[in-house]
Amino acid sequence: MQTLLEKVWSDHVVVPESTETPAVLYVDLHIIHEVTTPQAFSLLRKHGIRVRRPELTLATMDHSTPTTPVASFKDLAIVGDGAANQIRQMEENCRDFGLDLLGFGSDYRGIVHVIGPELGATQPGKTIVCGDSHSSTHGAFGALAFGIGTTEVGHVLATQCLLQRRPKTLAVNIDGQLAAGVTAKDIILAVIGKIGVDGGTGHVIEYRGDTIRSMDMEQRMTVCNMSIEGGARAGMVAPDETTFDYLSGRPHAPTGATWDAAVARWQTMRTDDGAEFDRSVSLDASNLEPMVTFGTNPGMVIGINDPVPDFADGADDRSYRKALAYMQVTPGKPMTENSVDVVFIGSCTNGRLSDLEQAAEILKGRKVASSVSMMVVPGSQQVKNAAEAKGLDRIFLEAGAQWREAGCSMCIGMNGDIALPGQLSVSTSNRNFEGRQGVGARTVLASPATAAASAVSGKVADPRLYM
Amino acid sequence: MKPILRIKSRTVALPTKDIDTDQIIAARFLTTTTREGLGDKLFYDLRFNKDGGKKMDFPLNSSEATGCAILVAGNNFGCGSSREHAPWALLDYGFRAVISTEIADIFRNNSLKNGLVTVVVDRDTHQWLLENQGAELDIDVRASTLTLPNGKVVEFPIDEFARHCLVEGIDQLGYLQQQSDAIDRFEENRTWTP
Ligand code: SF4
Repeated sequence: MQTLLEKVWSDHVVVPESTETPAVLYVDLHIIHEVTTPQAFSLLRKHGIRVRRPELTLATMDHSTPTTPVASFKDLAIVGDGAANQIRQMEENCRDFGLDLLGFGSDYRGIVHVIGPELGATQPGKTIVCGDSHSSTHGAFGALAFGIGTTEVGHVLATQCLLQRRPKTLAVNIDGQLAAGVTAKDIILAVIGKIGVDGGTGHVIEYRGDTIRSMDMEQRMTVCNMSIEGGARAGMVAPDETTFDYLSGRPHAPTGATWDAAVARWQTMRTDDGAEFDRSVSLDASNLEPMVTFGTNPGMVIGINDPVPDFADGADDRSYRKALAYMQVTPGKPMTENSVDVVFIGSCTNGRLSDLEQAAEILKGRKVASSVSMMVVPGSQQVKNAAEAKGLDRIFLEAGAQWREAGCSMCIGMNGDIALPGQLSVSTSNRNFEGRQGVGARTVLASPATAAASAVSGKVADPRLYM
Repeated sequence: MKPILRIKSRTVALPTKDIDTDQIIAARFLTTTTREGLGDKLFYDLRFNKDGGKKMDFPLNSSEATGCAILVAGNNFGCGSSREHAPWALLDYGFRAVISTEIADIFRNNSLKNGLVTVVVDRDTHQWLLENQGAELDIDVRASTLTLPNGKVVEFPIDEFARHCLVEGIDQLGYLQQQSDAIDRFEENRTWTP
């Protein structure tokens, strides 16, 4: 009897691990972007090493790319010499090493974790890595997907393999029906609040239970995406009909007889009844509320109407006070008392079509408060096209929000999209670390519905009041 | 890589817990395409005021911290992103080892591959180290021990392979390349192809 992780793991062991050496693990899909690869390519050049399997590498640019709306990508103004150089090097590296780059002008360019699934390259049972910690997103398909550093990016480019020890397993069981206005984002924030930002260290999470089963793929991706915020390297959901339906017909998905064989194999990619996890936790989703963060890590999270806790946790009190002081929030008061300056809808957590629809539903026929600057950034070119086909761009623009080109944007603020010092940003991204969205910027993580409601209200707001 | 056997240095302490890689090296400094020169940007927003002046209450800015190669950090150090720029920046600044009660997975992996030694200690030792900032420590990588100034020896866990690579100066890419026959066989024998 095996867990899903064990099945995917054992299917990729090239050389088994021992006390002395880690396993050599084969990588089925390597996704690369401009920020965490230049030093790896430099090393390959220096030693005259080629890329072992270019066709298993998916390359795009997303982090330092501008999102300012342009009529043509020829007009693109890259912010900063560093970013411009990085983008140029990415283009050069892909050309020199024979990699297809989904670059500017490609209909499939977008955030690494949005385009893999969208293309159907993300599939059950695969091992998927990227020099990016939110690689955990791809686990929504029953893949083993995790973030690696730049040295390891070099390892995969050169050998298509990594040196790894098998992580432990953590089952997160989520049951119960979500109330209206409560979303996948609220679930994962609640999970991180429960296990803590280091609760998953050394583990791969498998999300289980009927709440997960009834989710569509985009919701599952939102959940798996933030596994790393709970310290886990990866999050997984066993594939099912929802997964197969999503993948069917996508550009990189198998077809014909290969498809049938793939589905038959994918169906075995589930934890056997009775297989044991190293640890497990449970969450009742039926009494969840919309969640918002109040501190400077994703584990500092409360229900939208709950007061900011005022606990002095012994030795950790100093870190806690520091976080509250940075956020300028008052213990005992709910987050809804705080005025909002910036609202950001996007990122690999919540930058997909259904996320934009969630926000648009609230913004339709309403206006963004005059004190708020709101940015809506689709996760990919495909998301952008689909949203425009549905008229979502017009809803956002009429409400007074900005509708921008695809990219990471204000999730990480590397491309010039930032919040200013002291500004409070309600953001659908995944990290509320100090300075993440700009020096001194204060980030409140929330669902697209909560972010949109906050944009209208001008204060952090309960989306249920706008439904 | 040069072998790393021993690190003897005084410590500087950052007691805050959950120091993420965005604190260690902010995203706006990631548009670099080399590994060098990141030390100047280490902990930038914690070290410097808006006008570029040093924040004198930040431990790294104290005169006693000059030349310290061992950082004692709060629990769960290095959480967050996979940016290898974090250990590059620590190394470039002059750190050779980081001690905490817990060190985040990806950061630990990245650190060990670059020769930044990660040392996980028990709560009592950690508490002692926080209270005795500036203590002269002796880290023996081969023995995986930490010797305190009073002669007390604390063992720390370290992955056997990572330790081997550190003390022998082995480059892990070279090791992986030596597995190429096994990789070829694996690719040939697969029952399905990605
Ligand atoms: S959207 Fe944010 S978290 Fe996701 S890949 Fe881009 S920078 Fe990383």
